[in-house]
Amino acid sequence: MVQRFRTLPPRYWLVLVVVLFFIGLPTVIDSFQAGEWAQALVLGIAIMGLNILVGYSGQLSLGHGAFMALGAYTSAILAHRYKMDYLVTIPIAGLLTGTVGFVFGVPALRLSALYLALATFALAVVAPSLIKRPAELTGGVQGIVLLPPVPPRPASDTFAALTGTAMTSDQWVYYVTLAWGLLLFWLAWNLLRHRAGRAMRAIRDGEVAAAASGINLAGYKTLAFGISAFYAGIAGSLFGLAAGFVSPDSFPVALSIQLLVGAVVGGLASIPGPLIGGIFAYFLPIESNQWVPTQTWIPAAIASTIEKAGPAVTYGAVLILTMIFAPNGIVGLAAAAYTRLRGRLRGVPDRESGQIPQDPQTV
Amino acid sequence: MQEFLQLVVSGIATGGIFASLALALVLIYNAMGLVNFAQGEMAMVATFIAFTLISHGLNYWIAFPVTLVIAFAGGIAIQRIVIRPVERAPLLTLVIITLGLTTLLNGLAGAIFGYVPRSFPSPFSVQTVNILGAYASYRDLGVIAVSGVVLLAIYLLLQRTTVGLTLRAAAHHPEASRLLGVRVSWMLALGWGLASAVGAVSGIMVAPIILLEPNMMQTIIIYAFAAAVLGGIESPLGAVIGGLIVGVTVNLAGTYVPFVGGDLQLAVALAIIIGVLVLKPNGLLGRPSVRRV
Amino acid sequence: MTKIGARIAAVAAFMVTLAACGGSAAPAAQTDVGVTSNSILLGNTIAQSGPAAAYGTIANAELAYFTYINNTQGGVNGRKITFKILDDGYNPANTVPLTKQLVEQDKVFAMFSGLGTQDQTSVRDYLNAQKVPQLFVATGATTFMADESLHNYTIGWQPPYQGEARIYAKDVLTNHAGAKIGVLYQNDDYGQDYLKGLKDGLGSNASMIVDAESYDVTAASTASQLATLKAKGADTLFLFTTPSFTIKSLVITTALHWEPTIYLNSVSNPQVYMGIAAKAGAALKNVTSVGYIKDPTDPTWASDAGMQLYKTVIANCTTCNVNDGFNIYGAAVAWTMVDVLKQAGNNMTRANVVSIATSGLNETANPFLLPGVVVKTTSSDHFPITQEQVITWSGTGWTRQGSLIDERGTIK
Repeated sequence: MVQRFRTLPPRYWLVLVVVLFFIGLPTVIDSFQAGEWAQALVLGIAIMGLNILVGYSGQLSLGHGAFMALGAYTSAILAHRYKMDYLVTIPIAGLLTGTVGFVFGVPALRLSALYLALATFALAVVAPSLIKRPAELTGGVQGIVLLPPVPPRPASDTFAALTGTAMTSDQWVYYVTLAWGLLLFWLAWNLLRHRAGRAMRAIRDGEVAAAASGINLAGYKTLAFGISAFYAGIAGSLFGLAAGFVSPDSFPVALSIQLLVGAVVGGLASIPGPLIGGIFAYFLPIESNQWVPTQTWIPAAIASTIEKAGPAVTYGAVLILTMIFAPNGIVGLAAAAYTRLRGRLRGVPDRESGQIPQDPQTV
Repeated sequence: MQEFLQLVVSGIATGGIFASLALALVLIYNAMGLVNFAQGEMAMVATFIAFTLISHGLNYWIAFPVTLVIAFAGGIAIQRIVIRPVERAPLLTLVIITLGLTTLLNGLAGAIFGYVPRSFPSPFSVQTVNILGAYASYRDLGVIAVSGVVLLAIYLLLQRTTVGLTLRAAAHHPEASRLLGVRVSWMLALGWGLASAVGAVSGIMVAPIILLEPNMMQTIIIYAFAAAVLGGIESPLGAVIGGLIVGVTVNLAGTYVPFVGGDLQLAVALAIIIGVLVLKPNGLLGRPSVRRV
Repeated sequence: MTKIGARIAAVAAFMVTLAACGGSAAPAAQTDVGVTSNSILLGNTIAQSGPAAAYGTIANAELAYFTYINNTQGGVNGRKITFKILDDGYNPANTVPLTKQLVEQDKVFAMFSGLGTQDQTSVRDYLNAQKVPQLFVATGATTFMADESLHNYTIGWQPPYQGEARIYAKDVLTNHAGAKIGVLYQNDDYGQDYLKGLKDGLGSNASMIVDAESYDVTAASTASQLATLKAKGADTLFLFTTPSFTIKSLVITTALHWEPTIYLNSVSNPQVYMGIAAKAGAALKNVTSVGYIKDPTDPTWASDAGMQLYKTVIANCTTCNVNDGFNIYGAAVAWTMVDVLKQAGNNMTRANVVSIATSGLNETANPFLLPGVVVKTTSSDHFPITQEQVITWSGTGWTRQGSLIDERGTIK
């Protein structure tokens, strides 16, 4: 047992450190910042879902914001109209969204990568107007206001015992999000390590070959869609919890682009990539908006253009630069650096991760 | 009946707008098998360039061709700088880059020009034409007419000139073309330049109607996608026909299908996209493509 | 500084020091979060990027006014106003963390002029729970004024959309008694609020509305809705639409060879938009709207003292277009904000400021509003501005008709 412990690959220790870091984080940052980190984790979860679809099974979806909206509204409606406990609504939202995603995956099978991107992009643009339509149910443009969750006594007491201050609503939301994040990342890791993951990667790397080897193309591809939508649904539900409010304008097409940016910058087809991507995608617009104007070394004209243009310019530039110079994202860069390092030290190449999937039809 | 006729005529008018942008999409697709998400934003930027030239005193009829040249050069520049480094990369990379371009161009235009709508001159008058009791303005018809001219030009270029043949060859069979001495990379750049110019024409023609603002093409591009997909993504004629059909369908569905209503026009376009791609992926005029193992 | 100047300054400084050392009977200034002895920190979230970014200039105009006050009057009671503006991109999911940051990290004294109905709704409960004033939100959505008793730290400023629509209803009933009304409205809180106000204002005559057509901001054109309204026989058209769609709808209406009486909402009526519509082919016959703020492009105000002040103020903002109606709106609401702070005097606490804003406003001299418009709140009425004046388009500009109409007390 101890022997096994000692021979764990280094990445397990890294994971442990990261988990501990996140558990301890709220104790050293402001309460509202815990709320912000919660939202970053939410994005990370959604990106993990997107990653399963894009990075692992090679299907490009630009409409995951719409799935998040579905999850968020499911939870909000159940909690607000039917007075269900919000925490209970989270898995329900996930399962519902996952089912819808699975169903969506069926016609998606017939679409080549490009057309799927097109169709899902259109879906993302249409989503807010679709939400407004059943106004009775969704609250239409007024949105649904959610009561801030009250930390339950055991959690609150533990927190108070450890830190001496009462747990705030934002901090509780953070921990709920973290718990789900850990669960879902573990789930993804298991899924992708085993049969389903191998099958999906085989499909991504060469559909015809995969089919020829007996893999059920349709089954795995729709499964990927369903799982991916499940993640997005959970993320959406937590999103609503973190913001305390859902409305059609909370899910613009910019959200789907934000998820894509996070997925790509973090590193597709990797497990840690989505988490890094989520943190990056969430904090970049906030920081660039507030940090850039204070930097005196940036020429005033450029600084004011960036400020006025908002996240759009930064996102656009980052997307382009990343795809040209670091298509495998941060994880890819890190893995490449690590490989080089190990190569220098040991002369043994390691398995690469964070790869952009090749076109399924590449001959 | 009168209302129906008017809806059809107005639909054709709006459809012309979609058609003009769809032509640019089709051109890019013919050049490199890629749908350029940034086409609308590129057209918008070109229109702003035209606006800047005109507001500095340049005559419209000089600003127009000058803008086309700038747009052409801009398209080539974008291909050289942003697309070429990832030419061999998988489709996903390219799509993401065009998305990045979209957000970048939109943000820049907003920062530089602001978001207040502006008027833009048109060579066509605002007078209307009476078609069986329904009305369309000369401007609307002008968009369709100009799209027709562009369509003809594209057709002649692609089908009747060596350049066009080389362009298509480079897009469909890059390896074989290289063996024949074709500078494939520059053919792609040419394709981008042409598509950008066509987009500029579209922008300049439609801005008088939809008003010049950074967000003007943001939803038009989706309707243009629907048009291109419906008509067959490789076919310029299909793009125009598709555009007109989308325009009319959106109007009719919005008025006569109670479930849809006036506020789900874009959802109709989405339905068209999905419907066509699932039922008849090659569109009305496209040729089926064969996938070889 | 000249020699004489320097000597005078030295003497003055000496005397001030004497006075200070001698002990003063000045009352001790109360401070609260975000307030120090020489500064007040106000926070704001607004769309400065993305589709609604055209509104972003409002915050810049407000900042210009605060800068003017700081420079010419040394602030309010010796406290200079710092105004922190954050861009939420019109997305409530951004408004929430940004507002929390302003409250919990920057520790603002109050939130001022936040933009967007959905956006300000998303933080209303939070701000009220934290007892942070949510002052003069930049939206006419009636809920921010009507529901004040439920959220007593929140208050709107501009006339409620429903109130404006009621004025249109009155006008229709007076001047176009047998009208057949067609309505084109945007399918969001903006359009829906206006439509409700119109229906309520018509009361038992609501059947005058033969059809109401909605559109989404993602629509390519409102032609089909307008064609339907025309086909249903409407001879009076209400446009509850945002500026871009208003312009296009005016053009389409003329192109359809349809000449209804047109009622145009106040957000879309700046002369600059009318000019664009005219150039694009709109006939603009029989167009009515309402206004409550002076329009910078209206030559009537060319030598008006308030307009001169506005031009001086707006010069502080390098990116602001002086002709943009949004900017004079910003100056006007900033004027009210400063007015409230002045009234608070040395009792500069959140509770006091909220009390003044929601129940104690009685402003008659706002230089940027039409003459006679008062900004007033009482303990039973929390609608700061309820007066507007009917204006009609003369072909070259807006002409004010009659006198101010007051909708105070009509909206529950």
